[in-house]
Amino acid sequence: MAFLVGGSICVIGQIINNLFLQGGLSIKDAAAATSSFLIFLGAFFTGLGYYDELGKVAGAGSIVPITGFANSIVSSALEFKSDGYISGVGARIFNIAGPILVYGTLVSILVGLVYYFAR
Amino acid sequence: MAEKKIGRQTLQFSSTPIITSWASVVGPMEEKGALGDKFDLVLTDNLAGEKTWEKAEQKMMQYSIELALEKQSLLPKDLDFYLAGDLLNQIICANFTARALNTPFIGLYGACSTLAEGLCMAGLILDGGFAERIGVSASSHHDSAEKQYRTPTELGDQRPMTAQWTVTGSASYLVEKTGNGIMLTHATIGRIIDLGSSNAQNLGEAMAPAAMDTIKTHFEDLGRSEKDYDLIVTGDLGLLGHSILKELLKEKGISSDNFNDCGIMIYNPDQDTHMGGSGCGCSAVVLAAHLIERLQSGQYQRILFIGTGALLSPLSTFQGETIPCIAHAVVLESK
Repeated sequence: MAFLVGGSICVIGQIINNLFLQGGLSIKDAAAATSSFLIFLGAFFTGLGYYDELGKVAGAGSIVPITGFANSIVSSALEFKSDGYISGVGARIFNIAGPILVYGTLVSILVGLVYYFAR
Repeated sequence: MAEKKIGRQTLQFSSTPIITSWASVVGPMEEKGALGDKFDLVLTDNLAGEKTWEKAEQKMMQYSIELALEKQSLLPKDLDFYLAGDLLNQIICANFTARALNTPFIGLYGACSTLAEGLCMAGLILDGGFAERIGVSASSHHDSAEKQYRTPTELGDQRPMTAQWTVTGSASYLVEKTGNGIMLTHATIGRIIDLGSSNAQNLGEAMAPAAMDTIKTHFEDLGRSEKDYDLIVTGDLGLLGHSILKELLKEKGISSDNFNDCGIMIYNPDQDTHMGGSGCGCSAVVLAAHLIERLQSGQYQRILFIGTGALLSPLSTFQGETIPCIAHAVVLESK
C-alpha cells in the first residue's frame, strides 16, 4: 500500500511538473513550482482532515513524499492553534518537522564537506 | 496496630460506605462502542461546543458530577469533599470542575487508575468519620490526551498495533456513609511495579504486572481467591495486557475465567482501536454504565474492580525512563 500511494503521489507530481513545463517554465522553475503545489495539496488535505486517514493505510507512502512534510507542519499548527498564535502555533509548529529540518541541514553540511574534500 | 488494615496492603471499611449515585458522559466514538446505549449523556462531537478539547473534557467532567448529584436531587454544596483527577498536565479538568462546584477539593493523579484511587480515598474518609457524602470523578479525552502524550491528531502516521485508544469519557460517583446502592467493602492500595518497559505505545504490557501484584496481594491479604468474585475486572490493560495478565495468573495457578477488562469491553472490535480503550475515562464509564448496573440488578453479587495506571509523562519518555505502573483495587458488593 505504501508503494502504491507513494508512487501515486510521485506520478501526480510528475504530471504537475509536465504541465508547468508545457506552460513555459524552465526545468528549475517547474521543479520549484511542483514542490510548492504538492506542499499546498498536503496542507490542504490535512486541513480537510483526510491526510491522517490516508496515512493510516499508506504508512511511509504518504509520510516520505513532500506532502507528508507539509502534513507534519500543518497538523502541528492545527493541534496547537487552541493554545494561541504565539505560544501555540508559533512555538510548536515544528514539533514534528523540527528534528527533520535540524538533522537534514546537518547531514547536508556533512555531505557537502565530504564532496568538497573528495572532489 | 492498624485496626482496619488487613495484611500488607488491604483496607477493610468497617462502616461500609455506599455508592449511591453514578453518571457517565462520553464522546461519539464511545456511543458507537459495545456499551453505546448505556451512557447517561453523549457529546455531539469531541469539542462539545467549546473552543478547545481541554475545555470540552472539563465540561464533560462537570456534566457527569452534576448528573450524579441530580439523580439524588442534591446540589454541589451537599458534598463534604470532591475528589477528582484526569490525565492533563496539573489535572486541570479536575481543578476547573472543582472551581465550578465550590466544594472542598482533593485533586488526584493516578493516571488511568484515578477512579479506583478516588473510590479508595472516599472509602477512607467516610470510614474515618470525616464526611457524610463525597463526590468522585475521573475523565479522559482522546484528543487532549493525544495532544499531550503523543502526536498531533491530524498527523498521517500509523499507530502501532500495540496502541490503545484513549476513551473520551468522564464518570462521577457519589459515595455516602448511608443510603441505597452498592457497598464498598475493601480496598487494596497498589504499589509501583516497573519491570523495565519503556514503550509508551504499549501500556498494557507495562501495566499487567502491576495488576497481577495487586490481585495477588489482595487474595493473600483477605484469604480469598478468584472464586469469591463474580467478576474481576481491570481498568485498561487492553487485549494484549489482558492476555499477559492471564499468562501471569496461570503461572500462579489462578483461573482467569471470570476476569475481564474495561478496555476490551468498551469498544467494538471493528472500531479500529487496536488493543481497545484506555484512559481514566475508560474504567470510570464502564463501571458506571455497565458493571454497577449489573451489581444493582443482582447479576453480580461481588466484583473486584482494579484501576490500572501507567505513571509516565512525555518528559520521562523523552529522557528514556521506564514506566512505573500501579493498580488499586476496590471490592464492590450489591446490597
